[in-house]
Amino acid sequence: MSESAGLTSSEYIHHHLTNLQVGQGFWTFNLDTLITSALLGFLVLGLFALVASKATSGVPGKLQSIVEVILEMVQTQVRDVFHGEPGMVAPLALTIFVWVFILNSVDLLPVDLIPHLLGMAGVGHWRAVPTADPNLTFAMSLTVFVLIYAYTFKAKGVGGFLKEALTAPFGAKMAPFNLIFRLIEDLAKPISLALRLFGNMYAGEMVFILIALLPPYLQWLLGAPWAIFHILIITLQAFIFMILTIIYLSMANESH
Amino acid sequence: MNINATLLGQAITFAILIWVTMKFIWPPITAALEERAKKIADGLAAAERAKSDLANAEVKSQEALKEAKSKAAEIISLSEKRRNEIIEEAKNEARTEAERVLAQAKAEVDQEINKAKEALRSQVADLAMAGAEKILRREINPAAHAELLSSIRAEL
Repeated sequence: MSESAGLTSSEYIHHHLTNLQVGQGFWTFNLDTLITSALLGFLVLGLFALVASKATSGVPGKLQSIVEVILEMVQTQVRDVFHGEPGMVAPLALTIFVWVFILNSVDLLPVDLIPHLLGMAGVGHWRAVPTADPNLTFAMSLTVFVLIYAYTFKAKGVGGFLKEALTAPFGAKMAPFNLIFRLIEDLAKPISLALRLFGNMYAGEMVFILIALLPPYLQWLLGAPWAIFHILIITLQAFIFMILTIIYLSMANESH
Repeated sequence: MNINATLLGQAITFAILIWVTMKFIWPPITAALEERAKKIADGLAAAERAKSDLANAEVKSQEALKEAKSKAAEIISLSEKRRNEIIEEAKNEARTEAERVLAQAKAEVDQEINKAKEALRSQVADLAMAGAEKILRREINPAAHAELLSSIRAEL
């Protein structure tokens, strides 16, 4: 609050929740989300790729050990949940976990730090946490949605999919209901995936902004517990997005 | 909550990141992990083999030691026997040698005694003769009594 003296509380909140945008109507781009997510994504996964390029089967270094621990965690989950040839599921799950985790982690930086620094450089608005932008969460969940259908068609063929959609779960006589149920079920997947992550991170960001409105000498009292609790949420949300993706793809790969 | 073209941009970024992971991260690390797992398995198997080898070698060395011990005992008993034989032989030899030497010495002594006896006999005869001669110088004719004298000499 101290940095934005002169703003009222609602103006401060509104300022923090406005994206840096270019374009008109649908063709608007949230530059802050795009830049932060791409920068962090390529930074972290680039680091992973660098480690991977030097990976040794001998004694691993510290960095390689970290990467291996994360990768083995993902691999274990995929093995437990996904039956059949994993193919791209495991790398996809790793990408989701690492990317969502690192983007969520931006939430732990002081809410005013990045916007203020960029403000000094003349940037008016900046939302630092990309996962609090539904555009990103929906981009991910819809990509997963496309993959779910790709896996469904690959595993069952179009005919197999139609048969399943029309006859499960109530049998052929209830075909329209089955179809409606299937439609709801499938549409719920990307929406719940996207909204769960968005909701959690948006709420988390919101609480940090509200805490920032307190007098400076009181902020730590709420800020510290919330930040510590948020470490859990950050990891948990990244894990949930990953595990649900694996489960959905596993369901697509098997018949009901 | 305003959905806009950012979604498309994010989807593209997401797709590229997935591609990067699939291409550059997942395969090399899983390969390294699998290779390490294999190395560890090999190492453990080698350790197991070395363990059993060691046990075998221990058994073998025990056997060799036992054999060597029994052989050594055999050699010792043999040598003891041989030593006793040698001692016995030496004793026997020494005894016969001693007997031989003793017999020789005895024979020599006897011979000396005989020689001395012979010398003494002739000297005593001479002495008797000389005494008798001195006593009987005039009366006795050596020629007439030669027979008698020689008989006396023979008796001595």
